[in-house]
Amino acid sequence: MAETPESNRENADPHGSGAGMTASDVNAWFVREVLPLEAGLIRFLSRRWRNKKDVEDLLQDVYMRVYEAAQKEMPHPVRPFVFTVARNLLINRSRREHVVAIQSVADVDLLNVFDEEPGPERNVMAREELVRLQEALDQLPPRAREAVIYRKIEGLSRREIASRMGIAEQTVNRHLTDGMYAVAELLWGKP
Amino acid sequence: MSETANAHDVKALAADWRDRKDREDWSAEDQAALDAWLAQSSAHMVAYLRVDAAWTRADRLSALRGNPTPQRPAPTSSSRRTPPMLFRMAAAALVLGVAGYAASDYLKPKPVAHTYATAIGGSETIRLSDGSRIELNTDTVLRTEFRGNRRFVALEKGEAYFDIVHDAQRPLIVQVGRQRIVDLGTQFSVHRDEGRLEVKLVEGRAQFESASGKKLAVLTPGDVLVKRGPALIVTRKSERVLSDELSWRRGMLTFLHTPLSEVAHELNRYNRQKIVIADASVARLTMNGAIPATSVSAFTNTARDVFGLKVETRGNDIVISH
Repeated sequence: MAETPESNRENADPHGSGAGMTASDVNAWFVREVLPLEAGLIRFLSRRWRNKKDVEDLLQDVYMRVYEAAQKEMPHPVRPFVFTVARNLLINRSRREHVVAIQSVADVDLLNVFDEEPGPERNVMAREELVRLQEALDQLPPRAREAVIYRKIEGLSRREIASRMGIAEQTVNRHLTDGMYAVAELLWGKP
Repeated sequence: MSETANAHDVKALAADWRDRKDREDWSAEDQAALDAWLAQSSAHMVAYLRVDAAWTRADRLSALRGNPTPQRPAPTSSSRRTPPMLFRMAAAALVLGVAGYAASDYLKPKPVAHTYATAIGGSETIRLSDGSRIELNTDTVLRTEFRGNRRFVALEKGEAYFDIVHDAQRPLIVQVGRQRIVDLGTQFSVHRDEGRLEVKLVEGRAQFESASGKKLAVLTPGDVLVKRGPALIVTRKSERVLSDELSWRRGMLTFLHTPLSEVAHELNRYNRQKIVIADASVARLTMNGAIPATSVSAFTNTARDVFGLKVETRGNDIVISH
């Protein structure tokens, strides 16, 4: 392939070989292909790591490694790659922290990584996503839920929300930030 | 734990950035500051992508706006910023029985009393509207009742793990027979087994009371309270031991120098097929390790291959002997 920017762009393969991929291609790829794996990844990590409190941080490390790898070369297929990254991370971490014995019994099934999540991902389908979003909305803390409803369903401005809820605009901002955080947790992380 | 900053903090910062970008006073300097933050670490970048994508998708919620009647909604409320696709989705939602919600429908108090039950070997996680979570272990019945200033949970039988979002105005009370546990912002498990009640406190603080509200004990992390009849004992366990004892939350049972009689008793809670230890000398053998709670064969294989014991199936029982 001729090494000109033009030819790179034209030959850009949707699954990507890495060449010619821009930062925003990587970002879009991450959102489309990797984030929908989050609930499965959390389950994978929780089953194999003794301290549940670490799972959130482990997930962050998996995401970083996957994202940094994709900047060099877009992995394909995605799912086995992501779960292999997770598995290797756990193995390295166990070695480093000298977690042995008891844990090793629980980890026999590490070998069956790819049987973990059969079937299609719960991605796409707009209707399903609407139902999911609704479920997420129902689980927000009450004030954050109220603010998100006014913002996203009613389309009110922050000032209007403040007067509707009888609170300061700054407090609305805080509820909406909490709401964003929680929607992301529930949309991606909930099984 | 992580090689970079605490994931929770990074996600909170990302949500804060995303929210600020949504505000009217977002400036070019703000954008430059955000770009600089994103360039600092791929942890920042992925956390931002994640919250941004979720928040963008939440625009679809506007499909629930008002009454999803076929006619065109009022121009001021919708068409200003809503692509027509959302109306089609509103229609799709109707067909699905999702129904349309006015914001006022959403804001009404929701039905409050529920009963949850798991079968032998089952488990279930309940997520409550206040953000709290309750994980039900095998063979458990639990009732919740949320009303006004009252958050009340009754553990009728079995075992559950509580991860409670603290609200000083609405303390959460777990009623177990004639005792109750009042959460003071906490994670704990409660196990009710015939006449015995056990509370393990993992994080925060909780108060243990009689049904009449008489304070019996305040529990702090690592405390394990056992009440049998009038006797009440509180002991302290290390985080590691407690984590092992709560490994059922991951579907595993963890044992450390545990007599086989106790291992069998634990496994029998999760399985219809019951393990019977025939000899006292077998019952006294101890084992270490983790076994999937619903895998009787993991235990019987160990008994046969590691301990060299005899394993016989008799009806619903598996008898282990020398």
